[in-house]
Amino acid sequence: MSEEVQVTALAGESEETLRGYYAQMVLVRAFEQRAAEMYQRAKIGGYCHLNLGEEATVVGLMGALEARDYLFTTYREHGYALCRGMAPGPVMAELFGRSTGVSGGRGGSMHLFDSKLRFLGGYGIVGGQIPPATGAALALTYRGGPGPDAEAVMCLLGDGTTNIGSFHESLNLAGLWRLPIVYVIVNNGLGMGTPVEKAAAEPDLYKRGCSYRIPGERVDGDDVIAVRDAARAMLDRARTERQPGLLEAVSYRLRGHSVVDPARYRSKEETERLRDLDPVPAFRARLLDAGILDAESAQRVDEQAEKDVDDAVRFADQSPEPPVEELFDHAYATPVANMPQQLPGETWQS
Amino acid sequence: MPDVFMPRLSDTMTEGVISTWVKHEGDTVSRGDVLAEIETDKAVMELESYESGVLTRIIAPEGATVPIGQSIAVIGEESGTTPGPLAPTAEPAAAAAEPAAQPVAQPVAQPVAQPAAAAVVPAVPDARVRATPLVRRLAREHGIDLATVTGTGPNGRIVRADLEGFLDRPPGAPATSVVTPAAGDEEVPLNAIRRITAERLTQSAAVPHFHLTATVDAAPLLELRRQLNEQVFASDARCSLTDLLVRAVGLNLASHREVNASWGGDRVLRHGHVNVGIAVALDDGLIVPVLRDVDQKPVATIVAEARELTSRARAGRLTPEEFAGGTFTISNLGTFGIEHFTAVINPPEAAILAVGAARDEAVVLDGTVVVRPIMRLTMTSDHRVLDGAVSATFLQDLVGVLQQPLRLLA
Amino acid sequence: MAELSYRQALHDTLRDELLRDESVILLGEEIGVFEGSYKITAGLLTEFGPERVRDTPIAEEGFVGLATGAAMLGMRPVVEIMTINFSLLAIDQIVNHAAKMHAMFGGQVSVPMVIRTPGGGGQQLAATHSQNLEVWYAHVPGMKVVAPATPADARALLTAAIRDDDPVLVLENLALYNTKGEVPDREAVGEIGRAAVVRSGTDITVVAYSRATTVALGVAEQLAAQGISVEVVDLRSLRPLDRETVCASVRRTSRAVVLEDDWFSYGVGAEIAATIQEGAFDYLDAPVRRVAAAEVPLPYAKSLESAALPDAGDLARVVHEVLDATSFTR
Repeated sequence: MSEEVQVTALAGESEETLRGYYAQMVLVRAFEQRAAEMYQRAKIGGYCHLNLGEEATVVGLMGALEARDYLFTTYREHGYALCRGMAPGPVMAELFGRSTGVSGGRGGSMHLFDSKLRFLGGYGIVGGQIPPATGAALALTYRGGPGPDAEAVMCLLGDGTTNIGSFHESLNLAGLWRLPIVYVIVNNGLGMGTPVEKAAAEPDLYKRGCSYRIPGERVDGDDVIAVRDAARAMLDRARTERQPGLLEAVSYRLRGHSVVDPARYRSKEETERLRDLDPVPAFRARLLDAGILDAESAQRVDEQAEKDVDDAVRFADQSPEPPVEELFDHAYATPVANMPQQLPGETWQS
Repeated sequence: MPDVFMPRLSDTMTEGVISTWVKHEGDTVSRGDVLAEIETDKAVMELESYESGVLTRIIAPEGATVPIGQSIAVIGEESGTTPGPLAPTAEPAAAAAEPAAQPVAQPVAQPVAQPAAAAVVPAVPDARVRATPLVRRLAREHGIDLATVTGTGPNGRIVRADLEGFLDRPPGAPATSVVTPAAGDEEVPLNAIRRITAERLTQSAAVPHFHLTATVDAAPLLELRRQLNEQVFASDARCSLTDLLVRAVGLNLASHREVNASWGGDRVLRHGHVNVGIAVALDDGLIVPVLRDVDQKPVATIVAEARELTSRARAGRLTPEEFAGGTFTISNLGTFGIEHFTAVINPPEAAILAVGAARDEAVVLDGTVVVRPIMRLTMTSDHRVLDGAVSATFLQDLVGVLQQPLRLLA
Repeated sequence: MAELSYRQALHDTLRDELLRDESVILLGEEIGVFEGSYKITAGLLTEFGPERVRDTPIAEEGFVGLATGAAMLGMRPVVEIMTINFSLLAIDQIVNHAAKMHAMFGGQVSVPMVIRTPGGGGQQLAATHSQNLEVWYAHVPGMKVVAPATPADARALLTAAIRDDDPVLVLENLALYNTKGEVPDREAVGEIGRAAVVRSGTDITVVAYSRATTVALGVAEQLAAQGISVEVVDLRSLRPLDRETVCASVRRTSRAVVLEDDWFSYGVGAEIAATIQEGAFDYLDAPVRRVAAAEVPLPYAKSLESAALPDAGDLARVVHEVLDATSFTR
């Protein structure tokens, strides 16, 4: 590495936990690379946003979240879905638009969902998830009082999202009503192609909660343990004190905004530098150095991840698309009279 | 040996141009190396390799335009032998390199509801008549010729109110009786036949018409009939006078096409076929089965068909096609001893022939009074289609045919 | 039966539902301490406390999205947006989130949320405070939109909306709040998706909803004295739309006029006219007419405001025009 980077010590962590984190990071890396390839093969349609380069943030945040907590994400969510516990097959199937997908093929890459895992989406509108996440936290206050076992909400958002109205209205409500929610800004330095400082009057994004008396903290997004610990601490305060928090995890996208973005706004040197900071090989090296992994077992983990992704692609490929007869299946939760159900060109007169 | 394929690099991309090959044939490549720069509809993008090995063959050169999914190069083993024709990629996930085919699931097409075919009147499109959809439907159902209706709506549009007198009272409106039943009166409700007949005759009353009467010396015709029934027809399948009249009228219409016509609203329709209807009296009312192409059929065929249609008409078993498509009608009240009458036109036909009984009368022939069986024919014509001279010529020629009846057998 | 104002009927319904189901909460600006800008929620904060009746900051996008999230976790929030004009600030949360979550996530979650909001102009509130935007929401799959015209329907439809598991927009109207009507004492759960023939007639069908229904009924009464029998169809539900009831009426009368408070072009009436020509084509004796607001940002001056908004006189005149076009005689 070309720079000395301070990382949280591994001492005190169980080896199993650390190996688990490595395996998750590798799975996310393998899955996302394969998703890119599948998109280029036109198996995945629409948009495809990847967590490449953010694996340490993804794994660290999911390591802090308890099973009883709720998660709202942006559209850059595949890694979170996997680390929250969705199997790679149904996630890939959703990307392929198959009926075995986690959202039944109805949502695609930006709208993953799993109610049992309390993964409440997956949102394509920038900032669209923030008010509902805040509302979910409000609902939690009706279920019971604060305490170490109380439920909390984690709401992910991007650096560009901190400029949109819904961010401010939501943080105001959370601060005003003291809701058990942690907002996590995944700051990869760019909102699509715009650097943070060209869009935010206050580019130290963790400070932006002060208007709402929401304490903020910045953490190194490439340090999986630091991310986990920071998020966990904020979630604890949210649970026990109903104190909302704002966490800024700084990491770097390895590639463009999405699969179709060539990232021309980055210089070659910048791109090279970012490659050196790649958290996955970095974490691997640390575990090898500390003797927690050896080369062979690391290799096995890598191969297992590739195999899991191969299986996922095969599962997705072999799954059927939802049939046209089911087009109106989720029109309403409560059926009512005269629900419109015509295909184009059909009349409503039966 | 895996193919390198033209990737889909944007949601709208269908083909790409190889801008530059960064790696060349024979180069070793590792997974993640940039192989080429691809120009898409939006930007120039780098193509990274998914495989490690040797770039053994470049298929698409710089500058080539390649559809997405098609091979552009091959990556082989280190040995570097150029492979033969492209092998399918060994990737387990490798589906066809085309974009995922969309299964075409055709929804069951909703059949377009067809309105029930109109019973009697052939549909005549009213091209320049303005009428509301309601009026058009009622006209279709009741066989009303909208050309005979005056519109009082905006721009002369025919509205429902204008159909009063052409229709039954609409349901729900009070039935205004013209007559008040007295004690001892029997009220006979209208059946379908009578109702439709009444409507059509009311419609017919609006047709401007004129009548022409001619007399026929029926002796040759009666003699022909006698001989035919004696020598040709069985006793239970006799030829009637009406059958011969149908044949005569048919031949005459074939040579007087202008009479084989109908009023079409804004034009006259001269028919290609000669279809003559014969009025049949039933207990329930009047019905007119139609004999088709009577100018083409010999007398024997006409006799058989007329018998068949008439008996089925009496049994109420005619199909709608059998009383549609008529171009001329004959009504014969001779069997009732009626010597002369005027029939009402069967719209939209241009004319109708009323036939009276053939009765012995004293007539003057070559200066002497003789007794001959005289039959009177009265033709009613729609003056919008036929002028006096046209109808008169037709009638004159018909008389000529009937008085030389062997012409019916030719 | 009791005679209640529309406002009272709404109030009583909210109260009954708050008592019946503890997952029901109210959210909105000034609904608590101030007792509601139109006093619909008067007394409810005192009775149920600030956890059940929550005053929100002026942040429509925030609190409508908040309600959406709470609904995802099983609560039944009833959000008051002070007027439909302000719904535009929250339209992304309504259209892109509340309306789509059930379908987009494969049926795994539902959003049992109600948005109550009045439309209407005529109080010289000027352009940005006088609009009728309900058709924007009626256009969106996943939404339900109801528009009660009477106190009885307000009670029945608001009850149905609260108990329904989908996002329902309940369109109220400033001019209706003070109107009175008979409301049954017993619980009434209305049927979303059904229209009603609120006055039978034979000569012409007038289709209306919300305030326009009351206007139509008044005009029908007037015209009855002139020997004209007007049938009034109250839509009650804009999404789903009960097309068959409308068409069945026109099949009986052969003439149709729509009275609507929204603007003429692309309004609710356009959908009704298309529906009638599809479902009652062979029964129409005249084109369908629409009486709607003039297409202009509503001016403040009374003379202009009155001219721009459709009223009883406009409806009566158009009814006569349609009858004349069909050469109608009494």
